[in-house]
Amino acid sequence: MTTPHHDDSNAPATRGDATPAVTERFENPGMPPHVPRRADEDPRAARRAEFQVVALFTISALASIGFVVAYYAIDRDLKGYLLGIGEVNLFHVALGVTMGLSLLCIGLGAIHWAKTLMPDEEVVEERHPQSSGEDDRQAVGQTLSHGWRSSQLNRRAALLGSAGGALGLFALPLVLPVVAGLGPRPRQELYTTHWEEGTLLRIDPSGAAIRAADVTQGSVFHVMPDGWVGHEAIEEHGAEEAMISKAKDQIILVKLDPATIRSQKQREWGYEGIVAYSKVCTHVGCPVALYEQQTHHLLCPCHQSTFDMTDDCKVIFGPAKRALPQLPITVDAEGYIVAAGGFREPVGPSFWERNRPGLLGDDQS
Amino acid sequence: MTTHVPQGADHLRSDDTGPERPVSQTDQSSPDAKFPGALVWADERVGAAKGLRFALKKVFPDHWSFLLGEIAMYSMIIALITGTFLTLWFVPSMGHVTYDGAYVPLKGVGMSEAYASTLDISFEVKGGLLIRQLHHWSALFFIVGIALHAARVFFTGAFRKPREINWVIGVVLSLLAAIEGFAGYSLPDDLLSGTGIRAMNGFMMSAPVIGTWMTFFVFGGEFPGESIIPRLYIAHVLLLPAIIVGLFVLHLALVVIHKHTQYPGPGRTNDNVVGFPIMPVYAAKAGGFFFVVFGITALVSALVQINGVWVYGPYDPTQVTAGSQPDFYMWFSDGALRLLPGWLEFTLFDTVWSFNIFLGSLVLLPLVWMVLGAYPFIEAWITGDKREHHILQRPRNAPTRTAIGLAAISMYLVLALACVNDILAIKLGLSINDLTILFRTLFFVLPVLVFFMAKRVCLSLQRHDRERVLHGNETGRIVRTPEGRFFESHEPLDEYERWALVDYETPTPTGLTQGPEVDRRGVARRRSPLSGLRDRLSSFFYTDTVSAVTPAELAAAHHHGEHDALEEASSPQLGVPVNDSIGDDDFSDPHGSAVHAPPRHH
Repeated sequence: MTTPHHDDSNAPATRGDATPAVTERFENPGMPPHVPRRADEDPRAARRAEFQVVALFTISALASIGFVVAYYAIDRDLKGYLLGIGEVNLFHVALGVTMGLSLLCIGLGAIHWAKTLMPDEEVVEERHPQSSGEDDRQAVGQTLSHGWRSSQLNRRAALLGSAGGALGLFALPLVLPVVAGLGPRPRQELYTTHWEEGTLLRIDPSGAAIRAADVTQGSVFHVMPDGWVGHEAIEEHGAEEAMISKAKDQIILVKLDPATIRSQKQREWGYEGIVAYSKVCTHVGCPVALYEQQTHHLLCPCHQSTFDMTDDCKVIFGPAKRALPQLPITVDAEGYIVAAGGFREPVGPSFWERNRPGLLGDDQS
Repeated sequence: MTTHVPQGADHLRSDDTGPERPVSQTDQSSPDAKFPGALVWADERVGAAKGLRFALKKVFPDHWSFLLGEIAMYSMIIALITGTFLTLWFVPSMGHVTYDGAYVPLKGVGMSEAYASTLDISFEVKGGLLIRQLHHWSALFFIVGIALHAARVFFTGAFRKPREINWVIGVVLSLLAAIEGFAGYSLPDDLLSGTGIRAMNGFMMSAPVIGTWMTFFVFGGEFPGESIIPRLYIAHVLLLPAIIVGLFVLHLALVVIHKHTQYPGPGRTNDNVVGFPIMPVYAAKAGGFFFVVFGITALVSALVQINGVWVYGPYDPTQVTAGSQPDFYMWFSDGALRLLPGWLEFTLFDTVWSFNIFLGSLVLLPLVWMVLGAYPFIEAWITGDKREHHILQRPRNAPTRTAIGLAAISMYLVLALACVNDILAIKLGLSINDLTILFRTLFFVLPVLVFFMAKRVCLSLQRHDRERVLHGNETGRIVRTPEGRFFESHEPLDEYERWALVDYETPTPTGLTQGPEVDRRGVARRRSPLSGLRDRLSSFFYTDTVSAVTPAELAAAHHHGEHDALEEASSPQLGVPVNDSIGDDDFSDPHGSAVHAPPRHH
């Protein structure tokens, strides 16, 4: 058994009477007496514990076999109703429950076995200070020093310098192709969309063009540029370009009562109360999809940036800073709504060079 | 030194003539105490016996809180196994396909190959959905296990010397686990996780100077491009698991080198480990626990659906659902994005600084993890403690640290709840604007409140421990004296129970442990520039602690029957034991339940 350890080297020995000795601190009383378990003393209790462990392992084995049976016997699409959960796919539930039981019961069996039948007397292992001894440290110090001196690095500066230089540089041929190969570098893509003067507005994904006269007050449309809508966009431009277009060209078109529009610029860029704004949130780019007709607020569901549609979509709440960019619109000869020009500012989240396009290269290559 | 090797229930077997006396560990009188023949082959080639001798007798202390790290470890193994199965069927490509599989509602819908292969795993591969669910649930349990384990290590001071390295490794592992999870749930390219990728693109762009370059390099051009899913895939199945497994092996190796810590208790000292040896008890318990974790994860996967991506639909940049949140461990970051106000974005010389986004995302995670990683060194500097510690501290015995930890957790919880502000608004019928403003305020106010309350609770608990040591446990037995007085009898603690309550230290602040400012020759003590700050922080750390009961105090409590001097101290001072209030020092005598007369008061 361990002897009790104490911190004070000068504490007086414990006296024999009931009152504790007046040492500076209490002493460790050592391991408490062992309390035997039922199964250690009563053979019937031990047999009962053994039976329980055997039962658990048996359940596990049966469940494993049950898994194989379920895998082949139960139809993959079989549905059923489970109390407390609702309608479930019974095949999935059967596989999972049998697998779960097969694993769980091994674990419960092993732990129960350890707790009832295996020895439960605690054992003591001694610790040693983490530090190595002085001789270890000295030996290492000498080896290092000897290595330094015998390699002659301390005498030959050119050797040391050139080795350091070479080792410092060898990673370049490995790293450069990766870093320089990543790309492309950002150019003017962040400043341009597919909207330009005369581009027809089309409802996404049906592709229908919009007649200004048919737009009722309060209606909302999700709009993409002509040529970039629906399946045709994918067939014509490829899926990657079509997705990029979705991410930056998407527009929300709303008809407001012109009297409620407070911004003169908003009124001018719209058409008889119909206004078009970029749907890409200026925070981190989610589509600003929730239009509250009564309050004329546009709410982005991701982080709750709120834009006031009667005030040029300025931010009135939430983490966004900038108003949504407006697309100037007008009608063409047949009365369909078309863009009167492209966006006058970049759409989407803010970025460092947003106000200085010259910082990014301007040739599209 | 001989150690009694317990034989358990062996001696109950009727056909056994097992040992009746304690045996030494080297004297195995059981008949099969021979090195197994099969292992001789290995031993002659790699010296297996030496390693096994070292390993099999390792002792592990037993406490439920030590299982939290095991939950994390086993969940990681389950994720590795199930993840390997998934790679057999998952296609990490954003190439466009039109779905024509078993899930009818999505028939004819255009989607990426990644999403389509995820649907195939869920609906075409038999048992595939179960594997997907196992993988996602085990990942969630992995991170929960890490968080609880890290909290246990923090609040018990297990990160102190010599375990600082292991703490730093653990902190790095927790960050990598969160990133690994984010990459993993983004792979199916569904609408919910794709919205998260869109937010990631947005906040990467907000980085000053390099933002646009970073996003173009990572995404291979504009958002969404066709590179992000394949790149996240290789990060998720190769790069991050390799680093995680490597660091984790190091994490375990350090536990073997340092040996596990243990809670204070009788027989446990700073120089030993008391517990069970690997063979057979710990192997059975720990191995069994792996099956328990796996089994429970499987049962949950069978009955509780997670990440039903077929309901969300494929990712489309023009679509989003209200009530979108990332997986729970990323809530604090998305919550920060919801709370940071827009006026933090400003323009300087025509360059845009989006601090509302940058601070909540690219700064927040590294900052939090750096503070976490540095904490052991900060605390060691403040307290001036340079000794090895292998006995854990009960959280109440380190009140300032416990309060700091809980305050930090409260900040995390405010950010995490802010991420579900829309769900809270709907379910509780509250204004989402008011909730957002409330969380903004709470972020600064709540940690202060929590710090104060937690520290007071710790001090109360310490005082309660002192009461128990000095006066024993309340028995609930009321005794009436012939004079008509009533009092409750107390049962004194035995030395074993008492030891666990007194085995802690109350260190002195650094400012009080150094010599005089000026020595007798008039030479001022050399002070480093930060030592004043350190003294103040150290004093803050150790003010208001309650020191452990000493034998002298216990003796005084025993003998003070006739005194009338003990009064309750209004505020405990450093080093001064907080004494109990007047009254009941009725002791059962050690052998029975008789009680002494109550003290007389003058």
